[in-house]
Amino acid sequence: MQNQEKKSGKTLKRTNEITVGFGGAAGDGLDKSGNTLAKVINRLGLYAISYNSYQSLIRGGYTMLKLRISQKKEACFGDHFNVLLAMNQDSIERHAPEVEPNGIVIFNSNKISCDQSLLQENVRAVALPFNEVTAGMGNLLPIMQNTMALGALLYVANIELETLNNVLADIFKHKGEKVIEQNIKVAEAGYNYAKQNFNSAKIDISWKFTRISKPFYSGNTALALGAVAGGLKLYAAYPMSPASNILHWLVQYSEKCGVLVKQAEDEIAVVNIAIGAGYAGVRSMCATSGGGFALMTEAVGEAAMLETPVVIVNVMRGGPSTGLPTKTEQGDLNQAMGASQGDFPRVIMAAKSTTDCFHIAVEALNIAEQFQLPVIILSDLLLGENYETIEPGSWSHDVEIKRGELIREVPESMEKKDGFKRYLFTSSGVSPRPVIGSEGMVYVAATDDHDEDGVLISDVFTNTAIRRKINEKRMLKMDSVLKELEPPTLEGPADAEVTLIGWGSTWGVIREAVEQLQEGGIAANQLHFKYLLPFHTREALEILSKCKTTIVVELNSTGQFARHLRAETGFSCTDTILKYDGEPFEPRMITNRTKSILNQEPLDLRVTEKEAREIAYHYIRVHLKDKLRPVQVVQNSKNGYSEPVWVLDLVDRTSGDLKGQLTVGVETGSTHKWDEFS
Amino acid sequence: MSTMDSTLEKESKTREVVVDPDWCAGCGDFGVLRSLKKATIDKELKPHQMLLISGIGCSSNLVGFIYAYGVHSLHGRALPVATGAKLANHNLKVVITGGDGDGYGIGIGHFIHAMRRNLDLTYIVMDNEIYGLTTGQASPTTAEGHKTKTTPRGNVEMPINPLALAISTGATFVARGFAGQPAQLTSLIEQGIAHKGFALIDVFSPCVTYNKINTYSWFKERVYKLEDEEPDADITDFSYAMTKAMEFGSRIPIGLMYKIEKPTYEDTEPVLLNGPLVDQPLGIKKELFDELLTATT
Repeated sequence: MQNQEKKSGKTLKRTNEITVGFGGAAGDGLDKSGNTLAKVINRLGLYAISYNSYQSLIRGGYTMLKLRISQKKEACFGDHFNVLLAMNQDSIERHAPEVEPNGIVIFNSNKISCDQSLLQENVRAVALPFNEVTAGMGNLLPIMQNTMALGALLYVANIELETLNNVLADIFKHKGEKVIEQNIKVAEAGYNYAKQNFNSAKIDISWKFTRISKPFYSGNTALALGAVAGGLKLYAAYPMSPASNILHWLVQYSEKCGVLVKQAEDEIAVVNIAIGAGYAGVRSMCATSGGGFALMTEAVGEAAMLETPVVIVNVMRGGPSTGLPTKTEQGDLNQAMGASQGDFPRVIMAAKSTTDCFHIAVEALNIAEQFQLPVIILSDLLLGENYETIEPGSWSHDVEIKRGELIREVPESMEKKDGFKRYLFTSSGVSPRPVIGSEGMVYVAATDDHDEDGVLISDVFTNTAIRRKINEKRMLKMDSVLKELEPPTLEGPADAEVTLIGWGSTWGVIREAVEQLQEGGIAANQLHFKYLLPFHTREALEILSKCKTTIVVELNSTGQFARHLRAETGFSCTDTILKYDGEPFEPRMITNRTKSILNQEPLDLRVTEKEAREIAYHYIRVHLKDKLRPVQVVQNSKNGYSEPVWVLDLVDRTSGDLKGQLTVGVETGSTHKWDEFS
Repeated sequence: MSTMDSTLEKESKTREVVVDPDWCAGCGDFGVLRSLKKATIDKELKPHQMLLISGIGCSSNLVGFIYAYGVHSLHGRALPVATGAKLANHNLKVVITGGDGDGYGIGIGHFIHAMRRNLDLTYIVMDNEIYGLTTGQASPTTAEGHKTKTTPRGNVEMPINPLALAISTGATFVARGFAGQPAQLTSLIEQGIAHKGFALIDVFSPCVTYNKINTYSWFKERVYKLEDEEPDADITDFSYAMTKAMEFGSRIPIGLMYKIEKPTYEDTEPVLLNGPLVDQPLGIKKELFDELLTATT
């Protein structure tokens, strides 16, 4: 596609790119197909960035994997949709309408059909009959329809077939020549069928293949690699989505990298194992999601009180409680801020991109050890689980490792004086910390408050003076840490009409939204926060006080960062853009809402037509055994429900006969009534 | 303290520290502390090579009363902290001390899993069948019928049998001591520390303030030493050990009842073949880094 497209009357100029989606059921092997395609893209020297919208099921359920393929690196998975590969009827119904003009829907016509009425203007649906295409190839596994579809997709996307054949040869190497041959044959059949039968159904795009491979990493694996480079020696974890693949990656490379990996009985054990290791003198880390982090809570303060380094990663998912196990959210900022009782120094930082996940691990391990305190890294499912191409040279094995005051011998100054003092009062708040097992520095680290030697000050007689000074000593570290952290900067023109403010994983999507606003004639810029505690109050305030309209964009329902920003700076932003439906932001959502905020349009929380359809799909799945589908949707304001309602006609999936009407509240979203026609 | 050297010398010899124990006069924990000090001196363990880890409770305060590296951690979490420290530096002699509430109540999950792992740890539980520091509530080992502050009509819950639990869960050294039998207790601690694997030493350590039932004399009337009465017993025999662990009535056995040899967790962890983690280099070489970078493509 020559990437000139009309959106709200404005022309957007984009580089060469297409976004393809694989829609089907969990267990259809879509993630593998996505991976195979990503490998092809990578070998050709193009860039890919993925988003897998999946469910907490091993088989069945509904999965949509999107891959944005581009000539240059993009900062997020975007909001385009050019080609849909539909593996089941559900994905046709739900996602075919999203395919953009000039786009293509490919479906296996032996299994499913595509109703023309679902498609936008100039979108073509092309049939790819698995049975006919693969006739004469013997008995094939159903999963091979994915390989066939990949072949057809390559034709449609104007990508050469040869590289796919090479990738398939590598993937199936362990299964032998016969399997490789069969897969290549099926892929070729798909490609050739498309060439001969899709007529003009091909995306108008041309690529420049540099054929330079680049790293393809997810945020979680990037974080694991960064930690290894940064001197991680012990990693403890309890399985929890979406943090588990940090554990899996580190287990896989444990021996090679010299990192001991320990799966423990629960997150309380996990964090205490990490703290025990940190106390003894090795770099340790653990990762979990919100629920596991809640269990770790008490130990966060323990690490601070023992003055022991530990890095805790929270790969956030939708909360509260078990919440949305396979969906993304930035909902644990308050939890990280408030974890554990009392006042103590802690550092909270949030990775802003997949590339940054590598760097943040190194930084966190350094800060934890330099300042002898807990460092919490906030990541999230979007960042953690989704893969993207990394710009070569972004990462190096040669990172600076700063161990701070870690010692193996008694400092001379102490030898001469009163002997070793583990919690010596200093101007930085940091005291010498021995590797346990070193001679002459024996001490006890206690969670009860204590004096410079580590002797308790509370059990027999609480010493108020020492308590005041040691508390101040610990808190001094927050000032010391802040000096190490890079302050936030304004990205984009200084005199913009609107400033979009974000933290953590939304950096890329906000960046693209800012570009869209600029292209749409609205001067916009971006202020992004990676370091959340300690906070760059002075620097932030200096920037904010010069901004015009300020909008905090975050993926939670209460504006946790907006509140934090207010608390740290006294600055109240103009408005917030919040999302908490489980799916990440797409740039256009931010752009559109920014425009409506600038036009002073109130936030509209009514159920949209698309959402009414989604509510209908839920009803159909739970109560109607997936046999129907919604077609027409009408809004009706005169009814007995004291709110306007959406009335959805539900028809039989196969015959298309009208079976009844579902009534959904526009304000409340309540499913008021299912009226079955007899 | 005058100079570093003399302090070191003095404290190394006696394991004394500047802080006196804050236990009630007559507390069983004094006996455990004495035996632990004696055991470490007898075995010539250097204070800087020993790491004592405790949770929270009267008996957990012990780590502050003996000269060795120590962590006075969270209530119930001593075993995971010890696990982390041991994995970080398996050359350290790691001894965990605590009470029945800390280890068998809030920490019982970690207790079971630590035994299952068979790390080379020595766990001394000062079992007084009561919560002492919180002023006398029923604990996981409080006997049925025992009236405490929180069981005014008598405890209705069955007490935990830590020894039977340990034998069935993977501990490779299981013993019971009594604070009123210091020589035997010292010997059990010496053997426990020398044992390669997870050693549990459950010690009757009477609470003179809050437990008026399980007193010194109550125990004295009942305990008998296994090494005296059953010197030829096969302590590698699971059934024998379980029988002894379940014996709790008019007669209660004290001494070593179970000891088997099994590879420790550290022995089976390949990363530790290159020596203690704490002495291993940090980071990775360029060749490996580059290999990992391309591993996904």
